[in-house]
Amino acid sequence: MPRTLTINGQEVSAGNEQTILEAARDANIRIPTLCHLDGLTDVGACRMCLVEVVGSNKLLPACTTRVQEGMEVHTDTERLRAYRRQIIELLFAERNHVCAVCVANGHCELQNLGIAVGMDHVRYDYLFPRLGVDLSHERFGMDHNRCILCTRCVRACDQLEGAHTIDVLGRGARSLIVRDMNIPWGESTTCTSCGKCVMACPTGALFKQGSTVAEMVHDVEKLAFLRAARERKVWNV
Amino acid sequence: MDKLKFASVWMGGCSGCHMSFLDLDEWLFDLAEAVEVVYSPVADIKTFPQHVDVTLVEGAIANQDHLELIQTIRKNSKLVVSFGDCAVTGNVTAMRNPLDGAEVVLDRAYKDAQLLRPQVPHDDGIVPPLVDHVVPVHAVIPVDLYIPGCPPPAKRIRAVLQALVEGKSPEMIGREMLKFG
Repeated sequence: MPRTLTINGQEVSAGNEQTILEAARDANIRIPTLCHLDGLTDVGACRMCLVEVVGSNKLLPACTTRVQEGMEVHTDTERLRAYRRQIIELLFAERNHVCAVCVANGHCELQNLGIAVGMDHVRYDYLFPRLGVDLSHERFGMDHNRCILCTRCVRACDQLEGAHTIDVLGRGARSLIVRDMNIPWGESTTCTSCGKCVMACPTGALFKQGSTVAEMVHDVEKLAFLRAARERKVWNV
Repeated sequence: MDKLKFASVWMGGCSGCHMSFLDLDEWLFDLAEAVEVVYSPVADIKTFPQHVDVTLVEGAIANQDHLELIQTIRKNSKLVVSFGDCAVTGNVTAMRNPLDGAEVVLDRAYKDAQLLRPQVPHDDGIVPPLVDHVVPVHAVIPVDLYIPGCPPPAKRIRAVLQALVEGKSPEMIGREMLKFG
């Protein structure tokens, strides 16, 4: 049974299994996302896609909230815009994001969202944590300074490659993306070196070795293609 | 109408923002008509003057001199502009922050990597001591306007200055005006 709801006052019809994010996309309403990636399951981690639903005093992540009959959704209110800018500023303050010397400069989803939310400066104190760079893998590298803990690499490795080499260690801002039981990437016996985690990364945290400033372009679309090819036997790009 | 009193300052940065400013080429003649340059690294003026209308600050706060000068700048300027990523975020200048203070960085640069007479330069009153923790300008004084970019492209600088000369506040929105790096 299809559901009828309104998004920003516009009547929208959606399948009952669809999320607010999917319904909005079908109606050409753009909701900003960061931890969402087409082809992977959603986890609602980054909170960029939070929306207001009339009748709920909580803000709900559009990527993990199913549509309901008669739902009234607002995706672009002043309150949401303020929170989204706050989220992006906090992500910049939490680790050492130096766009000027980053491999992903010009191709970075975090940088693009900074522009989208109108961030001209960060109002919070930068934490400047001391974090490492893992260059032990022969083809890829991981710079924890640039990681926003979106877990797209974790999900790509688990759901698309089936290796589950990558996971999250610890809690909160101190969490780290690790390989196997927190060993150097190059020593992992489960990593197949497929590079799907590198494709999935929204920032410069995962990169191909040898790339210098602004050279790292991620192939996120390839992951959605792989998923569609496997599950629905759709092979067109 | 009096000309706008314009200053630019070079703090903890590489001067790339000022280079980008010079990339405005012939528009600098128009700017020179509209403003009076009262302080700048490209002008030989020794002390920061009073009653400045607009001051562009390039660079992060990285040493004791910066800490003192930025207070004078704030006191004497109507509008203080963080000019470029180092001023706005700390950027490359602040990349030493996770390394536990200035001393370890100075040792690495002047002692560990030197074969002949390794020593950290020091001269009271001449070489300003580094602060342990580099911060953006707005961490020390209130800032009125931010121009991101490493360096900010000349077009972006021109859009801001053009608006200020015309007495308007510049619209800092979109990729052209806000992209960091």
